[in-house]
Amino acid sequence: MTTTTKTVKALKPGKAPKVSRPGKAGRAAARRQAGLSQGQLVRRRFLGNTAAVASLVLFVLILVLAYSAGGFLGLPGWWKYTHNEVTDVLNGGVPTLQLLPFSLGEHPFGQDRLGRDTFAQTMRGVQISVAVMAIIGLVGGFIGVVIGAAAGYFRGWVETLLMRLTDIVIIIPLIILAAVLGQVASRSVPAGVQPYFLGLFVGTVVWTGLARLVRAEFLSLREREFVDAARIAGASSARIIFKHILPNAVGVIIVSVTLSMSAAILLETSLSYIGMGVKAPDVSLGLLISQNQEAFSTRPWLFWWPGLFIVAICLCVNFIGDGLRDAFDPRQKKFNARRAKEAPVPPAAVGSGHPGSGRDLAGTDGSDD
Amino acid sequence: MSELFDDAGPAAPPLAGTGPAPVLEVRGLCVDFGVDKEWVPAAIDLDYEVNAGEVLAIVGESGSGKSASSMALLGLLPSNSRVRGSVKLNGREILHLSPAKLRQLRGNDVAVIFQEPMTAMNPVYTIGFQIVETIRLHRAVSPGAARDHALRLLELVEMPDPEKAFRSYPHQLSGGQRQRAMIAQSLSCDPKLLIADEPTTALDVTVQAEILDLMRNLRTKLDSAIVLITHDMGVVADLADRIAVMRRGRIVENGTSLQIFNNPQHEYTRALLAAVPHLGTAKDGGSVGGGAGGGEVDINAALAAATGASLEAVDGAELLRREQENAEALAHAGPDRPAGAPVLELSGVAIEYPKQGRVPAFRAVEGASLAIHEGQVLGLVGESGSGKTTIGRAAVGLLPVAEGSLKVAGLEIAGAKRRQLQALRRQVGMVFQDPSSSLNPRLPIGESIGEPMYLAGMAKGAALQQRIETLLDQVELPRSYRNRYPHELSGGQKQRVGIARALSLRPKLMVADEPTSALDVSVQATVLQLFRNLQQELGFACLFVTHDLAVIDVLADHICVMRRGRIVEQGTRDQILRNPQEPYTRRLLAAVPLPDPEKQRERRELRSQLLAAESS
Repeated sequence: MTTTTKTVKALKPGKAPKVSRPGKAGRAAARRQAGLSQGQLVRRRFLGNTAAVASLVLFVLILVLAYSAGGFLGLPGWWKYTHNEVTDVLNGGVPTLQLLPFSLGEHPFGQDRLGRDTFAQTMRGVQISVAVMAIIGLVGGFIGVVIGAAAGYFRGWVETLLMRLTDIVIIIPLIILAAVLGQVASRSVPAGVQPYFLGLFVGTVVWTGLARLVRAEFLSLREREFVDAARIAGASSARIIFKHILPNAVGVIIVSVTLSMSAAILLETSLSYIGMGVKAPDVSLGLLISQNQEAFSTRPWLFWWPGLFIVAICLCVNFIGDGLRDAFDPRQKKFNARRAKEAPVPPAAVGSGHPGSGRDLAGTDGSDD
Repeated sequence: MSELFDDAGPAAPPLAGTGPAPVLEVRGLCVDFGVDKEWVPAAIDLDYEVNAGEVLAIVGESGSGKSASSMALLGLLPSNSRVRGSVKLNGREILHLSPAKLRQLRGNDVAVIFQEPMTAMNPVYTIGFQIVETIRLHRAVSPGAARDHALRLLELVEMPDPEKAFRSYPHQLSGGQRQRAMIAQSLSCDPKLLIADEPTTALDVTVQAEILDLMRNLRTKLDSAIVLITHDMGVVADLADRIAVMRRGRIVENGTSLQIFNNPQHEYTRALLAAVPHLGTAKDGGSVGGGAGGGEVDINAALAAATGASLEAVDGAELLRREQENAEALAHAGPDRPAGAPVLELSGVAIEYPKQGRVPAFRAVEGASLAIHEGQVLGLVGESGSGKTTIGRAAVGLLPVAEGSLKVAGLEIAGAKRRQLQALRRQVGMVFQDPSSSLNPRLPIGESIGEPMYLAGMAKGAALQQRIETLLDQVELPRSYRNRYPHELSGGQKQRVGIARALSLRPKLMVADEPTSALDVSVQATVLQLFRNLQQELGFACLFVTHDLAVIDVLADHICVMRRGRIVEQGTRDQILRNPQEPYTRRLLAAVPLPDPEKQRERRELRSQLLAAESS
């Protein structure tokens, strides 16, 4: 037995060097002739989805509008008013936006009772809400992936522990947990970064759904033979998780994170509406609605504009998420029989010799019998 | 029947029509699938007919359109497909019937036996319920009468205990019994046409032989027309009257079974027949090691000698001569060839799947002892669940050894720590069963091949690239494939990549777990040839796990037969094939269908005598 151990020690491979990944050099050049990668296929399918692409364009336009109008990172925006600047109320604060002929006027979205510009407020609200949404999505996504991956890959007591933890988080009403955590967190930081801290802490409670999805995905992927192959090749657990399994689960993760982002924006809105989220003097879309709900009958624009942007952003994110899900799922193939063309008929099977050599090297004529 | 005469009048007489009007008449059938805004043809201009009581086998590789064309008859294709041409059932056009009329037809006039009975039957209903359902959908009978009919059907398919099977759920039956139940269901309304889509592919070879027997009996009893879709030439030889060979959507040859097997006209048919591995015919003479025996083995004669049987089909003197020839060859085969150091050594090994939650530990292998020496190929055969794959996985350290000693190149694996297993992993390579699952779909294949070397720190940078190129050369793939992704490769190519990866650390022991069972027969032939050449060139020891005796015969010097977790018989290729000792080995050999109708008749007779001798 001792001799065996010695041999083992002698044969033990040194720590694998981090440099030089196989196939990196010249890969780009060779890929051009090699056909499409998985990523290219996904991109192509996504771009074929009209609703998703239109939503993406609209979402980007909203972001550009909000950030350029309101300014960010201390840079001034192009709009003349800021969100907490009080001016005289003109014409009872009615919106001056005109479509035909197009003109913005003095206050395109109107003014509130104090004379603050609603356009500036809404743009600022979009900035804050989208930022909070992104933080919630990223934090929640990260925690969900790590917990789900660990539970699904290691199984056993790790899985039991992590999944019971998940169950506990699930049974506590999300809005209460988020409100308490958000409050505690934001009280201890300066006002300017409070909304971001809110996002950070709400993110720590919304990962449960993703964790379960990722666990399920890992449970099925870890039984695939390529995982065994990697294990035989001597790969460590971390390498198997991050290099081999995670890239195969990325479709599920992206889709779930996108969809949870649109839920996050609604969660932020609800929290702000009940007064547990973003606080004045900062604004968010939810806070704007909450502040102006009494004005619903007298000055409905104060209510409609932020509402319109909430709906637009949520729809966009949902459509993008749907588009991504379809793009990652190769079984979802749209086909229109009327627009299809005739493919060139392959040469008659007469002639051309050996069945094996012919088919085996013919490339991708897959086994789709 | 009157309908038949009305419609058959004006219809053109079938081309081959000398006998009665064909039950199924297919003319100019084209099937296309829409892919990426284009119609891609799956079947082109098919013409065939099937008479009552006749079996037409449609043979072809995957992707040849054999399944697609047959499913088109019933309108069972997905919505992105298009079917043109004419299909007549008893003279009545059925191709573009309304959905309601098609529903009447399905199950009643036309029935299908699917490949995988576990997925084709609904797991939440009993067998009886599902058969009764089919009967009552098409016949106005009382539940009691339908039940009696269902029981009669289960008897007809020789179900061991029809009453019990009637009350069972699909998962409570064995694979063979499930397939019988499905056949019973498909027969429930006396279909005029029966489409059997790879009916035995998912079954073990002994069970397959039973199901083939059953289908042969039924065919004489029922007088239905049968369309048999298969890639297995052995099954075809056993059952078919006529054969249509399909390739890339076209029928390239059409003829009676004897014509096709004895005098194939088309080049493709000949190549297809040549690619089928015959049990007992190691190709190019001589087995891999070159030392032990080789040449053709007359399994039928070996079996006849072992059982002392006499055959009706073969003249007694002729059989005696063949038996003697066989005995001589065995004597000439010489002793086991002198071997080098053992690379894999198992003694008294037991392997358990550890308990999970309330599921107790399951002992998959018990008391296994075997040895593979340098440069040897040992074939491990057995049916599904016999524990053969378990041994293979334990040999590369994927499963822990519960008892006994398992040594790879001198390293003890039983009870080894993780660090010791790392050392083991530089000595072994493994080729997996399913090439599409064994390669990471997100990695270019060059990276997959290079990973073991990269992790072992054996090569890096340009040296690694060079080594990957060498490996690609060795498995006869173009070097530019290094940057392709697995989904861009065909099954055979992917399996070549799998072999290259297994070879990358220059292992002393290669474990091949059914590496060709997911491949088409012609691709299988080229991959096996490649594997043989590489084994001879590199001289690694190999544990070749398979359920297919014919495949093992091409490669192995030694054969080891497993059953229910135990090794029942082992010896050199000649000892096992020419002189099988254990009844189980004999039964296994007799169950392998031969791709030759005449020899297969002999084998069938032998098998029934063997079974009769055992039961008495």
